[in-house]
Amino acid sequence: MGYVISLIFAFRLRKFIAIEPELEKKWDLILIRVMVACVILFIVSQNSRFFPVILGGYALLGWLFWKFYNAPDFIGLRSMIFSCAPVGVIGFFSDTTRLIFKSFYENNNEYFILAMVAGWVWLISSLINSRKQLRALKSERELRQSQEKENKLIAARKAVLELLVQERTSELKEQNDKLKETLEELHAAQVQLIHSEKMASLGELTAGIAHEIQNPLNFVNNFAELNGELVDELLDAIEQNDFKEAETLALAIRDNEQKVAHHGKRADSIVKSMLQHSRGSGNARESIHLNPLAEECIRLSYHGMRAKEKAFNAKMELILGDNVGLVEGVPGDISRVLLNICTNAFYAVLQRVRKGEKDYQPTVWLQTGADNEHVWIKIRDNGTGIPADVMDKIFQPFFTTKPTGEGTGLGLSMSFEIITKGHGGTIDVESKDGEGAAFTIKLPVSK
Amino acid sequence: MKHILVVDDEADVRDLFEQRFRKEVKSGSVSFAFALNADAAMDYLVENVKAVSLIFSDINMPGKSGLDLLSKVKKGFFDPPPVMMMITAYGDDENYRKAISLGADDFFTKPIDFLKLKERINNF
Repeated sequence: MGYVISLIFAFRLRKFIAIEPELEKKWDLILIRVMVACVILFIVSQNSRFFPVILGGYALLGWLFWKFYNAPDFIGLRSMIFSCAPVGVIGFFSDTTRLIFKSFYENNNEYFILAMVAGWVWLISSLINSRKQLRALKSERELRQSQEKENKLIAARKAVLELLVQERTSELKEQNDKLKETLEELHAAQVQLIHSEKMASLGELTAGIAHEIQNPLNFVNNFAELNGELVDELLDAIEQNDFKEAETLALAIRDNEQKVAHHGKRADSIVKSMLQHSRGSGNARESIHLNPLAEECIRLSYHGMRAKEKAFNAKMELILGDNVGLVEGVPGDISRVLLNICTNAFYAVLQRVRKGEKDYQPTVWLQTGADNEHVWIKIRDNGTGIPADVMDKIFQPFFTTKPTGEGTGLGLSMSFEIITKGHGGTIDVESKDGEGAAFTIKLPVSK
Repeated sequence: MKHILVVDDEADVRDLFEQRFRKEVKSGSVSFAFALNADAAMDYLVENVKAVSLIFSDINMPGKSGLDLLSKVKKGFFDPPPVMMMITAYGDDENYRKAISLGADDFFTKPIDFLKLKERINNF
């Protein structure tokens, strides 16, 4: 009987430990051994009259009780373990009595059976109860496990997310650094480009300037030389007392002297404007005489164009308003704008010349005028015009319709900056595709 | 007596030539006519081509250039075509070649060397 109870005992304990993998690891082997021992000893005891074998089951049960009742791992099973005790004790007594006091046992058979049944009922009810407990424990355990699993999953996901965030952050940082670097590079490139735009337009102008200087120099040299001759003639006339001739010669010399001075100044102003242009942003604001500056610019850009395109010819028409006075501004900047727009105008008429239209007369008009608040300069050409679809792009940096290498695309955007931001003025453009364009610059009048 | 038509858009050219050639003008061996652009020169030539013995023209002028005038003068407009010399501030090969190929009789660059010019004029 002890073996059966021990078997049930071990069986139930195994069920219990199956829930917790750690307990299973710790106890499973012992319990399996106990169970195997129970089965073998039970079979042996059925056919044996040997006293210790028959009662060994109770010893085993006692050992199990002693081993597991106080074990902390099995506190949840205490009532079940305890319920093995009565039936075990009763079984032990009834078996012992049966073996030793056989007649007494037989006489009181009913009592023993009754006690046994009561013990079993207790054990079974306790088993059923513990089964319920086990089930609850199991489902609780499952819940916990699934929660743990979920937690683990969440933690893993969190870790992945954190890693991703870290990665993305460092990526962003890297990107940011790169962008900063690019920005710096772009800034340097911009400075470089502005410089080369200045230099390119300067180069373009050099030939025009050379021509413009050559013309006045022609007069300066020749009139100066002439005056030398005339002075000799004057001295001769005085020697011959021909004072009428002397007076004529003296007047001629004076006229020539004025011409030398006039053309000398002309050359001087051209050189000055070239220097201004190359020096670029000498930022000193001055009062500028707009008419002479505008005239100079259109001439320079015309001759600059001619220097590049030898066969090029165009008509320049100047209508300079006599009420145009001074404007406040940076002369180098204003002339850069005018040069740029004039050069574009000549470029546009050159493009139209190349199309070979019959009776086409390439012309660029420069008109100035003033009202109470503004001085305006209008530069108009009858060139190829600006197509409507690029009209809103022409002031954007790097936009150019010229073939690669011919234009930087910075001319008009720089002009726009100079006029609007630098001088508080406006640039407006009108154009008919194929028929010409007109740029109007308005500057606040100098107070 | 030689009658010379000078074509240049710079008005002071007139004074310059008249003074440079004042002796020749005085002696009557040279006389001048001036035009400020190619069209005016052409108008003058249409009327007076027989009288003009030499044309001296700038190349760079607003409107029609000296080369336009040259090609008109030299290409069958007048018979025989008058002698024509070109002058430019751009002393470059391209202008020179173009002028010569269009039939220019001589080519000067600014500033004008009047000694050389007088010599050439006397040779024609």
